[in-house]
Amino acid sequence: MNSYSQAFAWLAEAAHWSGPAGIPQRVLEHLGYTGLTLVIAIAVALPVGLFIGHTGRGREIIVPFTGALRALPTLGLLIVLALAVGSGILAPLIALVILALPPIIAGAYSGLESVSREVVDAARSVGFTGSGVLWKVEVPLALPLIVGGIRSAALQVIATWTVAAYLPLGGLGRFLYDALPNQDYAQLLAGSILVIVLALLVDGLFALIQRLVTPRGVSAGRTADIRTKTQSPTRKDPSWLAPEKA
Amino acid sequence: MARTRKGLIAAAGALSLAALVLTGCSGNNGNPLSNDSGSKGSSDTITIGSAAFPESAILAYIYADALEDAGVKTTVKANIGQRDRYIAALKDNEIQLVPEYTGNLLQFLDPKATASSSDDVYSALQSALKTGGDKLDAGKAEVLDQSPGQDADSYTVTKKFSEQYGVTSLADLSKVKVPLSVGANPEFATRPYGIPGLKSAYGVTATLKPFSDSGGPNTLKALLDNTVQLADIYTSDPSIKANDLVTLKDPKNLIAAQNIVPLIASDKASAKVKDTLNKVSAKITTAELSDMLTKSYTDKQSSDAIAKAWVKANGF
Repeated sequence: MNSYSQAFAWLAEAAHWSGPAGIPQRVLEHLGYTGLTLVIAIAVALPVGLFIGHTGRGREIIVPFTGALRALPTLGLLIVLALAVGSGILAPLIALVILALPPIIAGAYSGLESVSREVVDAARSVGFTGSGVLWKVEVPLALPLIVGGIRSAALQVIATWTVAAYLPLGGLGRFLYDALPNQDYAQLLAGSILVIVLALLVDGLFALIQRLVTPRGVSAGRTADIRTKTQSPTRKDPSWLAPEKA
Repeated sequence: MARTRKGLIAAAGALSLAALVLTGCSGNNGNPLSNDSGSKGSSDTITIGSAAFPESAILAYIYADALEDAGVKTTVKANIGQRDRYIAALKDNEIQLVPEYTGNLLQFLDPKATASSSDDVYSALQSALKTGGDKLDAGKAEVLDQSPGQDADSYTVTKKFSEQYGVTSLADLSKVKVPLSVGANPEFATRPYGIPGLKSAYGVTATLKPFSDSGGPNTLKALLDNTVQLADIYTSDPSIKANDLVTLKDPKNLIAAQNIVPLIASDKASAKVKDTLNKVSAKITTAELSDMLTKSYTDKQSSDAIAKAWVKANGF
C-alpha cells in the first residue's frame, strides 16, 4: 500500500508534468509510436485478412504463420533488429508491427467468415460483383469484428511499446527503464499506472468506435442474441428450461 | 556443462551440510553458523562463491584450481546471484571466498564512500571490513592483495574519434567542439561517475543516450556507427580489443577503481591460502580478463575450462 501512495505522490508532483522528460511529453510520444505502429500494421494486415476472409484461400498458410509471429518475444526481436538497423525508432517499430499483425488479420478474416452465407449468396443473386459483395455487404457486416481486431492490437501495442525504452527512445517505457537501476519503485509503479490508464482509455475509445460502426441491422440481432436463439442447447432441452431466467 | 555444475552445486551443498554437522559435533556453543574466530579449522574445505556472470565464475574457478594445486580443499558454488546474495552467503558461512571488485564492494559496504583511485579504494575497503556494518560483521572477512586487472565502467571512444580530435583522456574532451552523447545504462544520468561527474570534474557537457544492455552489443553498435561518441563499456569487455576502441584515461579518478580482489572469511585466510591467492592476483591483468572473456563469449567455453587452462598456463 505504501508503494502505491508513493507512486501517486510521484504522479502528483508538478515537476513530473513538464519538460521534455515530463509525463505529457512521454504520453504524446507513446501515443505517436502507437498510432504509427497501428497505421502500418493495418495497412499490411487488413488486405491480407480481407483476402483470406473473402476468398477463403491462404488460410492454411497465413493463420499458422501469424500464430507463429505471436510467439516471437518482442524484446528479443527488438535487440536483434537494433543490431541490424541501429538504435532509432525503426527496430521497435518493426517489432511492434509484427506484434500487431496477427490480431488484425484474425479480426478481418473471422469478421468476413462470420457473415452468413445466405446473405452473401443473396447479394450475388441480386447482381453484386465480387468486390461489390466484399465492400458493400461483407465488410460493413464484419466491421465490428474488424475493429475488434484492431482494438486488441492497439491494447497490445500500447502495453508493449514500453520495451522500446531499452534503446534511447522516449515513450512511457522511459519511466520504467530509468527507474529500475535506481530502485526507484515509486516511479516504476507510477509509470506502470500511466501505461494502464492510457491503455484503458484507448481501449474505451475503440469500444466506442466498435459500437458506432455496428450496422443497425446487425445490432438488432447481436451475436449474443443469435447465440441464445439458435445455438444454445439449453433452449432445446426442456430439463434446463426451469432454472433459466426468462 | 549444466550437469557438472549441478553436480558441483550438489557437492557444495553436501559439503556445507557436512561442515554444519562437524561444527555441530565439535561442541561449539551457540549457533553453528556464527563463525567467530573460535571455530577455526572445523572444516578444511573452502567453499568459493561467485556472482552470476561469467567473469566472476571464471575467477572463482581460478581461485579453486590454484588452491587445489597448493593442497587446499575447495568447492565452487558459482553463479550465486548479485552482491547482496553472495555477501549474505559469506556472512552465513555458506561460502568463505569470493572474487570481488574493490570499488563496488566498498560502495556496498559503505554507500557514503568517496574513495576513487585504486589505492584509496583498497585502503578504504580494508578499514570498512575491519569496522564492519550491517552487511558483514567486523573482522568477519578480509581482502587479500588486489589484482592489477580491473572491470570498471569506462568512457570509451572509437579509434577514429580519438585520432580525429586528439582525444586520449577525459581531460581532452573539453576541446572537442561537436555535441557529445554517451551510450550507457539509464542510471548514468544521475550517478556521480556519469553525466554529472563529467561536467563537474572535466567541464564536459554531454547528453545520455540510455541503452539498457550494460555496454553490450546495442551500445557497441551505436558507438561504431557514431550514434554516440562515447560509450560506457566495461574495461575487461573483449569488444574493446576486437573493435580497436580507445578507453579514455581518467586522470581525476572520476570512475572508482574496480580492481579484482579476493574477499575471504578471515578464519580461512591461512598463510598458505593468502600466499597462493596473492600470487594468482598478481597475474590477473585487465588484458588477461578480456582474453578469458573472449573464450567465454566468443568460443563458448565453460568458466571451469577457461580457469583450468589459465591456471595451467600460468604455472600454479
